Amino acid sequence: MSASLLILIPLLPLIGFLINGIGFRRVPKGAVGVIGSLAALGSFAVSVAVLSAFKAAGSQPQVVSLFDWITVGNLNIPFSFQIDQLSLLMLMIVTGVGSLIHIYSIGYMKHDEGFGKFFAFLNLFLFFMLLLVMGSNYVIMFIGWEGVGLCSYLLIGFWNTNTNYNNAARKAFIMNRIGDLGFLLGIFTIIATFGSVEYTDVFRQAAGLSVGDPVVVTITLLLFVGAMGKSAQIPLFTWLPDAMAGPTPVSALIHAATMVTAGIYMVIRSNVLYSLAPFTLEVVAIVGIATVLLAASIGLLQNDIKKVLAYSTVSQLGYMFVALGVMAYSASMFHVITHAFFKALLFLGAGSVIHAMSDEQDIRSMGGLRKKLPITFLTFLIGTIAIAGIPPFAGFFSKDEILAHAYEHNKLLWALGVLGSLMTSFYMFRLLFLTFFGQFRGTHEQEHHLHESPASMTIPLVILAIFSAVGGFMGVPEVLGGTHQLAEFMSPLYDGARQVNPEAFAATTLSHSEEFMLMGISVAAALIAAIAAYVMYVSRSSVPAPDTAERSSLERLVYNKYYIDELYSGVFVKPISALSNLLYSFGEFFIDLIVLGTGRLVKALSGQLRKMQTGSVGYYIFAMVVGIVAILFWNLLIR
Amino acid sequence: MFTLLLILIPVLTGILTLSFGGRNARLLALLGAVAELAVALVVWMQFDPVGGQQFGFKYDWIKSAGVTLGASIDGISMLLVLLTTFLTPLIVLSTFGHEYRNAPTFYSLILFMEAALVGVFTATDAFLFYLFFEAALIPVYFLSALWGGENRLKVTFKFFIYTIFGSLFMLVAFVYLYFQTPGTHTSEIAAFYNLQLDPAVQGWVFWGLFIAFAIKMPIFPFHTWQPDTYTESPTPATMLLAGIMLKMGVYGLIRLLLPIAPMALEDWGAVAIVLSVIGIVYGSIIAIKQRDMKRLVAYSSFAHVGLMSAGVFSTTLNGLQGALIQMLAHGINVVGMFFIVEIIFSRTRTRNLDQLGGITKNTPQLTVYFMILLLGSVALPLTNAFVGEFLLLAGVYQYNGWLGAVAGLTIILGAVYMLRLFQRSMFGPRTEVAEHFADLSLSERAVLIPLVAMVFWIGIYPSTFLSLTEPTVSQLLRFING
Repeated sequence: MSASLLILIPLLPLIGFLINGIGFRRVPKGAVGVIGSLAALGSFAVSVAVLSAFKAAGSQPQVVSLFDWITVGNLNIPFSFQIDQLSLLMLMIVTGVGSLIHIYSIGYMKHDEGFGKFFAFLNLFLFFMLLLVMGSNYVIMFIGWEGVGLCSYLLIGFWNTNTNYNNAARKAFIMNRIGDLGFLLGIFTIIATFGSVEYTDVFRQAAGLSVGDPVVVTITLLLFVGAMGKSAQIPLFTWLPDAMAGPTPVSALIHAATMVTAGIYMVIRSNVLYSLAPFTLEVVAIVGIATVLLAASIGLLQNDIKKVLAYSTVSQLGYMFVALGVMAYSASMFHVITHAFFKALLFLGAGSVIHAMSDEQDIRSMGGLRKKLPITFLTFLIGTIAIAGIPPFAGFFSKDEILAHAYEHNKLLWALGVLGSLMTSFYMFRLLFLTFFGQFRGTHEQEHHLHESPASMTIPLVILAIFSAVGGFMGVPEVLGGTHQLAEFMSPLYDGARQVNPEAFAATTLSHSEEFMLMGISVAAALIAAIAAYVMYVSRSSVPAPDTAERSSLERLVYNKYYIDELYSGVFVKPISALSNLLYSFGEFFIDLIVLGTGRLVKALSGQLRKMQTGSVGYYIFAMVVGIVAILFWNLLIR
Repeated sequence: MFTLLLILIPVLTGILTLSFGGRNARLLALLGAVAELAVALVVWMQFDPVGGQQFGFKYDWIKSAGVTLGASIDGISMLLVLLTTFLTPLIVLSTFGHEYRNAPTFYSLILFMEAALVGVFTATDAFLFYLFFEAALIPVYFLSALWGGENRLKVTFKFFIYTIFGSLFMLVAFVYLYFQTPGTHTSEIAAFYNLQLDPAVQGWVFWGLFIAFAIKMPIFPFHTWQPDTYTESPTPATMLLAGIMLKMGVYGLIRLLLPIAPMALEDWGAVAIVLSVIGIVYGSIIAIKQRDMKRLVAYSSFAHVGLMSAGVFSTTLNGLQGALIQMLAHGINVVGMFFIVEIIFSRTRTRNLDQLGGITKNTPQLTVYFMILLLGSVALPLTNAFVGEFLLLAGVYQYNGWLGAVAGLTIILGAVYMLRLFQRSMFGPRTEVAEHFADLSLSERAVLIPLVAMVFWIGIYPSTFLSLTEPTVSQLLRFING
């Protein structure tokens, strides 16, 4: 496969960005969407070509160097790309789902005055996301990593006259930067340990280390801090729900399908290192499951359609980390893929609803939309079934695989995972029923405007719905008579890890009957939750209480998201703010006193001299005097 | 001989501007600065990174005493000469939207300043270095004292006392070192390198030089002159101070302190690096709540220079190379930021973030340039400061992991205060003062385009500049460690 073909993948979106960005307000509106979408589609087409070339060439990983970026002494950081199974899978998701969302945006953003700016930012996001997944070393990954963070910032605050939106954007960027510091320190430790940042060099040398080596534990923990930021895990998750301030296609692309999975990509990419660090893996699994439960429980009581989906995303990302923690790397990737389909679908569906509801997002004001928005309803239903884990839709296969691996690792982890999927099913069906069933609860004006979205929006919905329905078949487990093509495809990625930690990659010890039992339990849990939601919100047609209603203390705790934002504000934001004021008002004053006190002699002298002079010329003469004294000083000493 | 030319051109064009400038003073000054840049570019073309000191001159000053007038250019000097000669024409150009009274004096001072700066960065004799180091102070002092804000006299006097005080320590150190040289004595810097001083003596020399340079940069806790001076000075003077003059301090550390007192680093290097790191965090935290845009940028500059100094004292190749490329990057970013502040001030008559907001509505161009410079300042990858900060932090981390982590807070805190600055001025509801905000003029763009081009050049292809300095830096490190 030629290098020039590979370069095209990130280059096309970059060109799209430059055209729409520099030509902002000059490119005709009709052309903007086409240029932006073509850039994404072109990138997708090239990715497909690269994938087939890769398979035809015997699936050998390949590194393509462009130029030396940073070289200092023995450390060389090339600007280069690596193509292997992992980057190809990510390429397909990013460009594939990305293209659909670009097309969707043509309809969704049609009436926005920042239409050109929006497409420019979307293209720029694709560019950085592609660098992230294609880079052949950690620093190129970091370029993409920070770059997507920038685009996320720009797009969350897209409607920048709204101060709340701007604050949400800033919060996202800063919380990500906290993670990025961890990532950066991880890179420095990698440099100190291996003298290189290239994946191939690092992993080859890592094979010489023993399992549990403190250096590897340090590196993996630091990298994981980065992953916590980008993939919104406890404690760095609170930016993601706020990020819903951005236009809905952004939520679908960046905050559901692609960017937030970068943390998972990073861990899978570094699987050799993680497989050497059982302690880190435990941490990853615990953080993952805690996030699953925390976010899912908050999702149960949210009333904003996008917020429910946001907490759902946080929670589903938690599952992916649980999988990583039990070294089920392929299962995690499988969930990344299926989640990209159904969560993008759900967000775009939510967008279609919001579009129809004249920007209303509160599900308490919706209801009965299925008649007016039939395509949106049907596709949203498919997405809901898929995420709930009901067979044979996509989410069932990936989530089941994660839970099976969790069961093997630790029964409690599995049980908590099932609890999470019970909650998932409940909040999703609650959302579905409140939005699409029952009577319409909005204003007359809203009801009057209700309409199905244009084809540019519904076609992406239908395509994503198809993938959400059948996408799981790429990973049918052996017990159900499948071959799990995905796991087979990804298997060469773990050659290194298998070598350093063979026990961890032993074949499953679960019997078929056990596997069936696990599946049965999780499906039953999902169905029970769905039925419970049906009874509550359809049969009894109850509607969540208004914000002002009295709540029990537990309910209040969950409804207010466990007061975590308030906690962070009290523990970090306010003290730092107070410290800033304190240092500025008192710190500077005292330093002035001390430093100037030390230089009292000079100061006294200057005071004397000052009296002798008047006006601004005085200082000049003082300078002259000092200069002359200095020159005399030399001459006296020299002669 | 090119070095002599580089020192003389601004002096001569400065005199011309002063004598015959009249109404066209700024054009004459611009011409002089551009001519200087052209010569610097020619020098750069012919420069050989592995060729050691080049294009030099050396005359006897006080022959019997071995004091010389000598200057020449090696990799480190080349980089700083490029920085100085690149920024000066832009600083001159940045004044085109403003009528300064007594223009011939104003512009000639800028050119005299440039000459002194080039002199500092190329001098090979310690006393000549001292002379230029002091000479650079005088023009900028006048610029601030005569064209500054309301509190200018009080503030510039503090600045003046501070820096004079620091320089005296340096002078004492130089005189001492001079008398340690063998034979009839010499004040050439290279001779100071080979003195093999007693470790205890090196400690004294270390502190003498450190205080002089620490005040200039400034390093915590020698910084209290800086925010006031930066804020009160007229913006061109602030640009000269922050963009170029503070690099005299960092340059001094690399050129003089490290090689003359290498053994003192074992005792005192840790103190210096800890002070530098404290400055990063201290300056950043103060910047978070500033209302005055100019003061905010001033504190951010203080924080950034702390990282450069920490990198230098890590005495690692990463740290030093990072400090050098960061000097270039910081010069570009900080001049750009102060210019943006000036543009906003010139149209709204305020720098107070509480009164600003929603400027972006009318000004797509300003927004884009501001954003790019901001991204440079927060060290986003593919912009200039990333390369510098990455190498600096890697160097500090190599020195000590925990210090590296604390220094790394700059990437978080930097984002906090910079995004606040941007949001409060550009975004949000449009305020009254931003009502009729005009987008960039031609001359404003002429300043910003080269700056932004450099942001990307250094960010995307830093090898141009890293390879310029690496041979000199490697040699220096071998000398220190050898």
